[in-house]
Amino acid sequence: MSARAYIIAAGGANYGSLREACRRVGVEAEVGDDHAHIAAATHVILPGVGAAAHAMHALRACNLDRVLRSLTQPLLGICLGMQLMFEHSEEGGTEGLGILPGTVQRLPTTPRWPHMGWNQAMLVKPHALFDEITENNWFYFVHGYAAPVTTHTLARTDYGMGFAAAVAHGNVFGVQFHPEKSASAGRRLLRNFFALT
Amino acid sequence: MLAHRLIPCLDVANGVVVKGVRFRDHRVVGDIVELARRYADEGADELVFYDITASPEGRSVDVAWVARVACELDIPFCVAGGIRSVVEAEAILAAGADKISINSPALARPELVGELAARFGSQCVVIGMDVDGLADDKPDLWRVMINAGKPDISSDSRRGLLDWVREVTARGAGEIVLNSIRADGVRGGYARDQLAAVRAATTLPLVASGGAGQPVHFADVFEHCGVDAALAASVFHSGEIRIGDLKRYLASRGILVRI
Repeated sequence: MSARAYIIAAGGANYGSLREACRRVGVEAEVGDDHAHIAAATHVILPGVGAAAHAMHALRACNLDRVLRSLTQPLLGICLGMQLMFEHSEEGGTEGLGILPGTVQRLPTTPRWPHMGWNQAMLVKPHALFDEITENNWFYFVHGYAAPVTTHTLARTDYGMGFAAAVAHGNVFGVQFHPEKSASAGRRLLRNFFALT
Repeated sequence: MLAHRLIPCLDVANGVVVKGVRFRDHRVVGDIVELARRYADEGADELVFYDITASPEGRSVDVAWVARVACELDIPFCVAGGIRSVVEAEAILAAGADKISINSPALARPELVGELAARFGSQCVVIGMDVDGLADDKPDLWRVMINAGKPDISSDSRRGLLDWVREVTARGAGEIVLNSIRADGVRGGYARDQLAAVRAATTLPLVASGGAGQPVHFADVFEHCGVDAALAASVFHSGEIRIGDLKRYLASRGILVRI
């Protein structure tokens, strides 16, 4: 069965480039906040831009926090979407979805804040999400907060401190970088995600 | 550590990519989406699109091609040209651009820098600066120019380069692109003196622009000026320098790049 992806868009942001990135790896993705369509999708993506508190408020307003916790198919959080998977974020003192233990922290002000540009994700735990990515592991990051390295960390990146570049816990995955902006490595990661069952 | 970035700049006029010498005599070099795709495939780290006719003509960027580029591209890109309000910036970012770059409108109304940073975050707000001044000038004679893209109406902003750099840093800018008018299109190398002075005046990411002619010019500006990225147009558009080759050369000199 081919993948049918759903990109959760709560709060009206534009996820056109993410949808196109899915299309480039052969997966049609619907964008929206429809509970039934989310449940019917084979793969769900939670992107996120903006501030953590605003994003969590938007999810709760649509009851999407409960929907996300109840999913059994592969779920991928991207950037803020990954951070929201954790219990808590220092950004605005926000309570997250609590799917993963830990607190998202503000990155140090040195070398520079925020962390923006191409950096390497170093694999710490082999996983199908990173198939054929060990050589070309450059990804595009834009963020000022980051999740700690824990037992759920698949890959870590260093910038002022070590943080989780990618996480996995059961059916739930997260990447701090933007695969849709990460050229060939990003395409490979999305293709790997859609191959997960 | 972050990779040093290579950024092809695509000057857009009337919906096609053009490039002039010293901002004059523009000739068409190709279709926007086709060139964008080619550069992404070759290993460009980011693209900048300058609608060079927008600001002098008193209009903002046409968002139709921004949306087309966003659909086609899987590397970050920045759009510049005549953006003078939060509303205009929002349209471009909503169409899929990662950053917007402002130049003359920021000189006309510096508060715009802070308004954009507050609304979209500093990471979206790039300040372009066109700098006049001869190589042997003293830094306090370097001047930021208004409407440098249109020689008939360009003028001196009466702002010193380093004062303006400090001001936009304080107002919440997220990156500076420094274009030297004396070096632009001449291919004699980046304006290292100006770039090094700006590097010392701000902690913001700094992009060198104007003057690249040979691979060694890129190595020089990374090694001697502490810039985060180097932007070029004609040497990439003509095919004289291939981004993949350039990256292998930079890596061989110990400069961290994404390969």
